Amino acid sequence: MQRFVEIRGLEYSYPLDGGGQVAALRGVDLTIERGEFLAIVGSNGSGKSTLVRHLNGLLLPTAGQVQVDGLLTSDPGNLWAIRQRVGMVFQNPDNQIVASTVEEDIAFGPENAALPPDEIRKRVDEALATVGLTEYRTRPPQMLSGGQRQLLAIAGTLATRPACIIFDEPASMLDPAHRRQVLDTIRRLNAEGLTIVLITQAMEEATAAQRVLVMHKGCIVMDGSPDKVFEHGGQLRSWGLDLPAAVEIAHHLRERDWRLPQGLLTVEQLARALC
Amino acid sequence: MLIQVENLCHIYVPGSPLARVALHEVSLQVGSGERVGIVGRTGSGKSTLVQHIAGLLTPSEGQVLIDGVAVHERTTAARAARRRVGLAFQYPEDQIFEQTVFREVAFGPRNMGLNKAEIAERVRWALEMVRLDPVMESRSPFTLSGGEMRRVALASILAMRPEVLILDEPTAGLDPRGRRELLARVRAWQVETGATLVLVSHNLDELARVVERVIVLDRGQVVADGPTRQVLSDSALLSAAGLDVPQSVTLLRTLREAGWDVRTDRLLPEEAVEEIVHAYAGHATALGALQTVEAM
Amino acid sequence: MNLLLPGMYMAADSALHRLDPRVKMVAAFVLMVLAFAAHSLASYALLTTFVVIVAILSAAPPIALLRTLRTIFWLGCFMFFFRLFTTPGQPLVAVGQFTITREGLLTGAAQIYRLCLLVIISALLTFTTSPAQLAHGLEVLFKPLAQIGLPVREFAMVLTIALRFAPALLEEIDKISKAQQVRGIDMYSRNPLRQMQSWVPLFVPIFVAAFRRAEDLATAMEARGFRGTQLRTRLHQLHMTRQDLIAALIALAVSLAILGLERSI
Repeated sequence: MQRFVEIRGLEYSYPLDGGGQVAALRGVDLTIERGEFLAIVGSNGSGKSTLVRHLNGLLLPTAGQVQVDGLLTSDPGNLWAIRQRVGMVFQNPDNQIVASTVEEDIAFGPENAALPPDEIRKRVDEALATVGLTEYRTRPPQMLSGGQRQLLAIAGTLATRPACIIFDEPASMLDPAHRRQVLDTIRRLNAEGLTIVLITQAMEEATAAQRVLVMHKGCIVMDGSPDKVFEHGGQLRSWGLDLPAAVEIAHHLRERDWRLPQGLLTVEQLARALC
Repeated sequence: MLIQVENLCHIYVPGSPLARVALHEVSLQVGSGERVGIVGRTGSGKSTLVQHIAGLLTPSEGQVLIDGVAVHERTTAARAARRRVGLAFQYPEDQIFEQTVFREVAFGPRNMGLNKAEIAERVRWALEMVRLDPVMESRSPFTLSGGEMRRVALASILAMRPEVLILDEPTAGLDPRGRRELLARVRAWQVETGATLVLVSHNLDELARVVERVIVLDRGQVVADGPTRQVLSDSALLSAAGLDVPQSVTLLRTLREAGWDVRTDRLLPEEAVEEIVHAYAGHATALGALQTVEAM
Repeated sequence: MNLLLPGMYMAADSALHRLDPRVKMVAAFVLMVLAFAAHSLASYALLTTFVVIVAILSAAPPIALLRTLRTIFWLGCFMFFFRLFTTPGQPLVAVGQFTITREGLLTGAAQIYRLCLLVIISALLTFTTSPAQLAHGLEVLFKPLAQIGLPVREFAMVLTIALRFAPALLEEIDKISKAQQVRGIDMYSRNPLRQMQSWVPLFVPIFVAAFRRAEDLATAMEARGFRGTQLRTRLHQLHMTRQDLIAALIALAVSLAILGLERSI
């Protein structure tokens, strides 16, 4: 079975105003299977956002190749099909909402695909139900909370029936309650079979994924399950990251010769192990 | 220097169908040199409250006084009182407009009517406070990274030497290293100047390291006001106010419910570790004694 | 923060709300033109009656409608007094150098009245038609012009996006203005020089923010498969119903009646 995403030798650089180049990505190799839940972490400037923008052809490689569902992003004829398969939710809840009502914004994707109006209607209603915004369908976006606006953005991508959704720090501008709402929705979508790529600065969020990619200065420096990755606290710190609280506490306890099982990522798991 | 908030009420768009009560009967006092955190979910009124303290809004009812002067009025005394308060909004780098870092940081002091020498001195000091290299002075702030722009914005407020500094979500959007460093800079500034610090934040884990007192707002009202340790370990209160309880507290509470003899007001991971080790030592001794008894 | 701007859309379910925006826009336009063509008392009476009936059907609170007249208060006064003192005719009163004539009084009053009708008709339109509906209606009305190469669909999209971001822009202006006030800018200075000095610290950040927003939005639109306005379909279609036809016919009848009345005088 073909991998959903295959990236070989990806390099990306762009020119600076005052002359010279910035190498944002230096030789990245990556494969993503269908149905995976992948988290990408890294400090600002590590290349995470740049990397995911290659997955839907918003950026094209300066070297190497990116293949999504068998389609090369370098072929302009493929971009259309790729963007139907790969949706993207951005960090700022406001700057991705196009229309003045909820249902019209969800319809934006299907409208771009020139689908007939009744098909658009069907998809909009489905997406509204999936994210739980049905009663808000005629509201203007400014009447929604930040969390609801992100749910709206998610609904907007779902309307194109994608196989994969990329989330670029979707919850960083939200308060804790709304953050949880968005993350629960993401987990649920993955449980239903969607491939998820989640960029986050909050290490706690990364623990929900099956696989964590750590990026630093344009390269992937670590790639494994969350507990494997979080074992390397010192290295993560040197890359500008920190650890989820539970991992840090477990780490300190192990340093004092406490014997604890591996894979303790959340406070709940840690508490259970201790009792 | 004393900030007094007395029965403050604020209603947005009064008398219209969109009227919304943002603050209701809020009363509190903040003294010189205090480090206070204000927490609450989105819409709880935190931003409205701090805008009142900075004199930017007119109370619908009640008043805000700084050393006895009502800050929102249009008198000279009120203007002088407002000048003593510095406020950085969320994403303060949005306010940047000057062509060089120097001019941007000098903006506040210029408006205060200081002379050239004083302005230069203030800019130099402020940039040092935020650890920005003086060579950056002549660069355009728009060519800097997001984190650097934030530090420029912060410096531009510090250069005015406020006696009260209010920061609204100062670490929003920064990566873990950026967050740590910014808070360290703010702490160092506060220690050096002895100013009053008010931090508005969602991030209770971060707040616990910086402030000694926490005020919790929920739906426009004060629901808690006390020492950091006390307020941030009250999980019932925090959950009711829509906030995440600090991770350490959750852990210790779970252990306590399982019978461990741990204090639940240890907010930081390292404190939690100490607490757990201590409690286990006691627990182990008791267990050891039991086993010895059983073996006999 | 929510700001209620005067003359903006008020969501409700009145007879007028349910009409097709095209009908409302064309009818409003025609009536506004006729308001200026009308000279006879009979025409005014007919027009006024019609507007009053429409106002009742719109479920707009009368006070809100009358409040929209505040925007033209000074203009109205100026026009009235101008007419009052400069129209030649039968003199009534002399005030210093100037003479108030009967004709001046009448034309001045007529002028104000027409202005008021204009404002009320447009308020009725914007109260009962959301900005999105207006944009959609305009797009469909002007579609034929796209055949001759005018960028109608692009313009409609630009308009929709601008309308969608208007509240966000206002919030941004509020935030930046407050941020700069904290840094010592006096927004409300009576000194005109001071006032102007407060514009650069306000406009530069707002422009920068607007450009950033535009860039983010364009990226998001691309990611959602936007590739130009040509091949798109729409969720909502505009359909003319029986009510729309009836309304159009009534508006047409009133217009013809007024033209007829004017002709015969």
